[in-house]
Amino acid sequence: MMAGMGSISARWDRVVDRYNAQPKIVKILWVTLLLVIAYAMPLLRPPIITTNSIDFGTVMFRVIAFALVALGLNIVIGYAGLLDLGYVGFYAVGAYTTAVLTVEHGSWPFFLALPLAIVVTMISGVILGAPTLRVRGDYLAIVTLGFGEIIRISVNNIEWVGAAAGIKNIPHPTGIGAKPEPPFKQGGLFEIPRLEWNGLVPSFDTEHKSAFLAFGSRDAVPYYWLILTVLILVLIGDRLVKASRVGRAWEATREDEDAAELMGVPTFKYKLMAFALGASIGGLSGSFYASSQAGYINPQSFPLLLSMLFVAAVIVGGSGNRWGAIAGGALVAYLPERFRDFADYRLLVFGLALTVLAVWRPEGLLPPRQTRRAKAAEAEIDALEEGDLEETPNV
Amino acid sequence: MSENATPRKALLEVDDVTIRFGGLTALDSVSFDIKEGEILGLIGPNGAGKTTCFNVMTGVYQATSGHVRFDGTVLRKLKRHKITKLGMARTFQNIRLFKSMTVLDNVMVGADAHSKVSFFDALFRTPRHRRTEAEALARAKDLLKIVGITARHDELAANLSYGDQRRLEIARAMATGPKLLCLDEPAAGFNPAEKQRLMQLIRRVRDEGYTVLLIEHDMRLVMGVTDRIVVLEFGKKIAEGTPAEIRDNPAVIAAYLGVDEDDAS
Ligand SMILES: Nc1ncnc2c1ncn2[C@@H]1O[C@H](COP(=O)(O)OP(=O)(O)OP(=O)(O)O)[C@@H](O)[C@H]1O
Ligand SMILES: [Mg+2]
Repeated sequence: MMAGMGSISARWDRVVDRYNAQPKIVKILWVTLLLVIAYAMPLLRPPIITTNSIDFGTVMFRVIAFALVALGLNIVIGYAGLLDLGYVGFYAVGAYTTAVLTVEHGSWPFFLALPLAIVVTMISGVILGAPTLRVRGDYLAIVTLGFGEIIRISVNNIEWVGAAAGIKNIPHPTGIGAKPEPPFKQGGLFEIPRLEWNGLVPSFDTEHKSAFLAFGSRDAVPYYWLILTVLILVLIGDRLVKASRVGRAWEATREDEDAAELMGVPTFKYKLMAFALGASIGGLSGSFYASSQAGYINPQSFPLLLSMLFVAAVIVGGSGNRWGAIAGGALVAYLPERFRDFADYRLLVFGLALTVLAVWRPEGLLPPRQTRRAKAAEAEIDALEEGDLEETPNV
Repeated sequence: MSENATPRKALLEVDDVTIRFGGLTALDSVSFDIKEGEILGLIGPNGAGKTTCFNVMTGVYQATSGHVRFDGTVLRKLKRHKITKLGMARTFQNIRLFKSMTVLDNVMVGADAHSKVSFFDALFRTPRHRRTEAEALARAKDLLKIVGITARHDELAANLSYGDQRRLEIARAMATGPKLLCLDEPAAGFNPAEKQRLMQLIRRVRDEGYTVLLIEHDMRLVMGVTDRIVVLEFGKKIAEGTPAEIRDNPAVIAAYLGVDEDDAS
């Protein structure tokens, strides 16, 4: 089992290396192919992967939404090394801001409410982070934990945001082409049928089509396309920022805050930046969640458990590696849905799976390559280091 | 470069600095200065207060009284990263690298010290980002070459040998573009050949225009490379002068007699 898990990252390394060695044109072809598969996933409905007891499109939306959240939280936890246990709070702030602006106290279109939701979440991140990040230690974990709960309890009690009843009829994003007309017309520019599998034989299912691009309440696939696009954009941004002095400053701060400061890194500024950035990505995801298919949110949508799942997603995936975070987010969202048949036991099974993983592979499924190299070298040094007293550093 | 006769401007002035930790006076009215372009040695038995002196200078500790002036600026209450930007850089006695970053990235962090690249510059890959990044990279590679660990640039800092980690610390500190480079026992754990190379490196660094403050236990190394030496004992400055003067100073000899010496190794 252990060897099997270890080889995941080794195999992943080989895939990455081989990809990097390709000429540009081949790379472009690969990326295009992967993108097509990714976008077509809920229509392809591959056997085994596809969930039976719950709409696969909805599950895939959830999977990507979680991956997006994990990607945001990875900046905070993985890059900057800040333990944020109240990420669901930002998710809720984003969702509620959107709901308030679009239906509860305004009638803004979704795509106008979205940027404001991001800004509001970012500001809440700054307000929370500015006093807390100055102090070292576990304060951040405690304060964020409290923040997540305070947000949930507050919205539960504030009539202005619907209290316990929540907010419903949150408008969907504006699509392209014809508007959907219930009950049968999907709208959009064109409609794409999905595949139906009879064993291993696929056929077109013309009864269930997905509209490009209309957001209704029957079909989750357009929402999936939208959030997948957002995920890809955030992924690109993450990559650009990480490979710059900003990313280096985050990592240096995570590695040794004092040394970083003494090397000229304004560590507080960069911690706050990572924290606020993570918060705003949480808000972004929350905003999409609010305006998704159901168009309904209430305080129970944002339990503490969700924060823990988000953190689990980052850690399971391999803190500090964006692909790991995405994989972790996807798994954490997908597994409970896939094994819905276990009904009441599914959280238990899920918890057990996490525990097993934590014991066998504490650095996550896909830790950053550096961590892996460090581990390998550590083992090597441990093996060599016998009676080598001369080289012991005097601390 | 090292003509001692010509009076030079003081780059750093430590003026009557006292620092107490509870009942312990780690530095007791210590004053000295470092002239531009010189190599100053700071020596003293274990626990004399040398590292503490570095810590006061670089803003890690606040002096209980007295002050430090660097290049005309009084450092009191200045943030540590601002002090670095003013032009003071240091290494650590107990190596403190960014262990799970690559060797090159460690140096790049130092090279970023004066970078004006913002989050948005990075996100949109502005010309400023590209220019600064290219400069930092070139600078980092140069420094790796100077300290002699170019071949290991892609390695994780944690994977370097002890000596190479010390070299990387020097490169990282130099990358911040300091006027004053403070080295805290850079030769600890080195064998004689390595010490010899380090001496050459320090001289070379000085010849490139840096001023160097060197804490070192190895007397031969200190005597061989420094222009002047300040001696601390129990937090007090007991002597100051050229290597020759220090060697013959009775107070220094007394301080070192009977003290369990590191430089025997
Ligand atoms: N943060 C601190 N709190 C309490 N005491 C401290 C602190 N830092 C240093 N000291 C004390 O101050 C004294 C001077 O320590 P310092 O590390 O400056 O000595 P040093 O000259 O660098 O010695 P060494 O050669 O062993 O490195 C020691 O007695 C040490 O225990
Ligand atoms: Mg010391």
